Amino acid sequence: MYHDNDRSKLFSRRAMMLAGGKAGLMGALAARMYYLQVMEADKYAVQAEDNRISTRLLAPPRGLILDRNGIAMAVNQHNYRVMVVPEQTPSLDYTLDALAKIIAIGDGDRSRIHKEVRRRRSFVPLSVRENLTWEEVARVEVNAADLPGVVIDVGQSRYYPLESLGAHILGYVSAVSENELSGDPLEELPGFRIGKGGVERIYDMALRGRHGTSTLEVNSVGRVIRELERKEGEPGLDLNLTLDMKLQEYAAQRLGEESAAVVVMDIHTGDVVVMASTPSFDPNSFNRGLSNEEWKDLSTNPRSPLTNKAIGGTFAPGSTFKMLTALAALEARDITPEMRVFCSGHTQLGSLKFHCWKKEGHGAQDLVTGIKNSCDVYFYEIARRVGYEKIAEMAKKFGLGAPTGIDLPGEKSGIIPNKAWKKATLKQPWYPGETLVNAIGQGYVTATAMQLATMTARIANGGYAVVPHVARDQISEKSAKSRATPSWPSLDVSRQSLALVRKGMFAVSNEPGGTAYKARITQEGMWLSGKTGSAQVRRITLRERETGVKKNDQLPWKERDHALFVAYAPEESPRYSIAVIVEHGGGGSAVAAPIARDIMIEVQKRDMARVATDASGEPLNPDLRRF
Amino acid sequence: MLRPLPRTPSRLNRTEMSMRDKIWQINWSLIAVLTAIAGVGFATLYSAAQGSIEPWAFKQMIRFAIGIGLMISVAMIDLRFWMRHAYTFYAIAFVLLVLVELKGTIGMGAQRWIDLGFIQLQPSEIMKIALILSLARYFHGAGQQEIGRPLFLIPPLIMVFTPAILVLKQPDLGTAMMLVMSSGALFFMAGVRMWKFVVVIAGAGAAVPVAWQFLREYQKKRVLIFMNPEDDPLGAGYHITQSKIALGSGGVFGKGYMMGTQSRLNFLPEKQTDFIFTMFAEEWGMMGGLVLLGLYALLLAYGYAIAIRCRSQFGRLVAHGIATTFFLYFFINTAMVMGLVPVVGVPLPLISYGGTAMLSLLVGWGLVMSAYIHRDIPISRRGMGED
Repeated sequence: MYHDNDRSKLFSRRAMMLAGGKAGLMGALAARMYYLQVMEADKYAVQAEDNRISTRLLAPPRGLILDRNGIAMAVNQHNYRVMVVPEQTPSLDYTLDALAKIIAIGDGDRSRIHKEVRRRRSFVPLSVRENLTWEEVARVEVNAADLPGVVIDVGQSRYYPLESLGAHILGYVSAVSENELSGDPLEELPGFRIGKGGVERIYDMALRGRHGTSTLEVNSVGRVIRELERKEGEPGLDLNLTLDMKLQEYAAQRLGEESAAVVVMDIHTGDVVVMASTPSFDPNSFNRGLSNEEWKDLSTNPRSPLTNKAIGGTFAPGSTFKMLTALAALEARDITPEMRVFCSGHTQLGSLKFHCWKKEGHGAQDLVTGIKNSCDVYFYEIARRVGYEKIAEMAKKFGLGAPTGIDLPGEKSGIIPNKAWKKATLKQPWYPGETLVNAIGQGYVTATAMQLATMTARIANGGYAVVPHVARDQISEKSAKSRATPSWPSLDVSRQSLALVRKGMFAVSNEPGGTAYKARITQEGMWLSGKTGSAQVRRITLRERETGVKKNDQLPWKERDHALFVAYAPEESPRYSIAVIVEHGGGGSAVAAPIARDIMIEVQKRDMARVATDASGEPLNPDLRRF
Repeated sequence: MLRPLPRTPSRLNRTEMSMRDKIWQINWSLIAVLTAIAGVGFATLYSAAQGSIEPWAFKQMIRFAIGIGLMISVAMIDLRFWMRHAYTFYAIAFVLLVLVELKGTIGMGAQRWIDLGFIQLQPSEIMKIALILSLARYFHGAGQQEIGRPLFLIPPLIMVFTPAILVLKQPDLGTAMMLVMSSGALFFMAGVRMWKFVVVIAGAGAAVPVAWQFLREYQKKRVLIFMNPEDDPLGAGYHITQSKIALGSGGVFGKGYMMGTQSRLNFLPEKQTDFIFTMFAEEWGMMGGLVLLGLYALLLAYGYAIAIRCRSQFGRLVAHGIATTFFLYFFINTAMVMGLVPVVGVPLPLISYGGTAMLSLLVGWGLVMSAYIHRDIPISRRGMGED
């Protein structure tokens, strides 16, 4: 008993010690609780929200693209996708088999789904097929009971209802590549497409709009429990173009199978009314995904359907350049309009012989007849007097040799050569003969159809530096303001000189013997004044000249001349300018001028200035719906 | 040679007590505290099931009811019975442990329980109680001089380490640690010299690198991740990181009952078992956590009070041993979910969903109550009524 009492005391003492230790440890627990739940509480509260809340971006609908009369050019189409939720299916294969009996599913799709299903969580819907037709959607919906786990999901995809018409201006949309990331969070969305090429690219930021957000409560595996908040984004701005798609359609038809470009613009406002480039392509085929064959056809076609020839194709302007040579000479007062040059069919410069296109010669030519007949010898002579540098200067004033600044990507600048240019690029001096050749739009000189239309517009509007554009409104990322009535800077070219040149252009089209007389417009009030051009693409040898120059239709396509024609109308009060270039089309008067005439008749019939205000253009295709 | 004990009422000063006497002695306030803690458990399990008594809360209530019945039965039985059969229980628990070990080997995996149909019995849980009983019995019969002899300590050490190694092999690091630590407390209470503990702890420290070799890959990983949970935020560190987020975001007053977002949205793993404290603390905040801690402290104080009032060394050691085991349960569990100790599978006593732990804990408290009811019965060194 004695020792038990002892043990009791020892026990009590040690019990106190252990109890003290335990109390200490419990104090540590309480301190830890205080640390986590008081001192660190804010940090963990934030982390808990992060855990719980997932913000998803909502893609706003992309702005529509309309022509000047409201015809839809680019719309958003419902893209019906059939999706399958693996966890809701008794077996993925069973469901896919059942689905395959109703709509076509490729073997590729199947293996892709099987690959994806392993990577994703089983409640994440997998896309089986996109772009279902209404009929396919209906077939899936009708059989919904037999298709567990199958859902139809609606996305949006871009659709170009006019197909190949205007494709070059519109461009297309496609997935964002790494180096195109601009910081807009929308770009991170899977399946988000941005504008590539055309106005889709230039006005992409305005068209795409601003993202909305959906705040979701998600659980630990990412399954959405509910939506806490939804902020719709701002839809993209609709874009109204200056183009008139009825005229565009007419122009495209008129060009037919030719590889050609046509630009019609308003000489006062710079509105581009028609910009056709043939052959074209259907931008929708890019959305659907091109097959290798289709792509090969498009990319290797010698008539380059993918290029917008109106701004991206450069051609020797040929005789359409002669107005600039004339203006340079007149402005420099090196010639008078009355001054005559005798054309014997060629001229001599040192030991070199320069031919006129008319072998037998034009006889005595003054400024107006020189333009009317497109007499090469007359222009050789005045170019020799004024010198090439002044011609180049004048050409640049009228919009050549540099991009016009149109609101489209991929515009080429063409070439207006001069001494400095030649030295820099070819490391050669400028030879006097080159002055003659370049003065008639051959040699190194190249230009785009857009530049030639702009040049003609500047001649027709009295010497104002009009700049072409395709967007009817002034578009910024956030708003579209009506374009103010433009007041273009003056080019400082005298009215008299311009009037003389226009007189020559009038003669070309309206006086018998003018190079485009056969392609004149006879309707009252619609007369046009123009200038033909045939740009030689091959060298004519001396020998060939002696035996007789081959006619274009005897030559292979690639060696034929480019046919050009520029004009403005109506004659009394000019409003529209036009440039037509038919690649390897042959002669300007025979091929290009009639096209320009027909299009200009249509343009004036439509009378854009009036139509633009009442906006009552009927759709080209009544089946087109705006989505 | 009988000497009356002055502090004992005379009518209890005898070796045999009637059932009526015993019923009078039932410690209702202890049961009340146990019920309060278990009640917290039911409410939390109800919340974990998003406001449903299925699948956890109802079953847990049934188990608790059975457990309380069992506890009172255990308390009624004479403490000497428990002492007399301490080694028998130990032997049974040991055989069961070996059995699951063999079954586990045959089944090519970890196996911790024996399926009895109505309950999945974990022999390691039985061993926790049986080990305390047999160590108490061993030390009860030992005089101060004997305890000083190193050889005397060999049998109890074998008694501790054989089952501990078996449990470690299951592998169940948490239970093995608890067996060793609660036994250590018993050795200490029995009067083993302080310096011996110092030597053993120092030796254990030196053995850590050796022991490291024997740990399973996942156990090593757990320890490493405990050191730096953020290293593996989606793997093994995920549990502890999410637990801290849930608990910390609860703040002082919590998010409200049934409003814990983290547990509701399944960020919190095993919220009904090992991580139930996190869920409770997310919904009730630090205040709730401290109240629960207070309830546990109260229970612990009961255990201590009973131990100190016991006349027999066996009773003292059993009461203290059970109280210590209980302490280890809730300390390891709460410290684990708060990131103070590595993640080991130790349930929160009376609250975590699970049958065996609930029953073995209540049986343990039944033994403590038995020690209380029979506190004044002197027990001889051989286990008889007289010393």
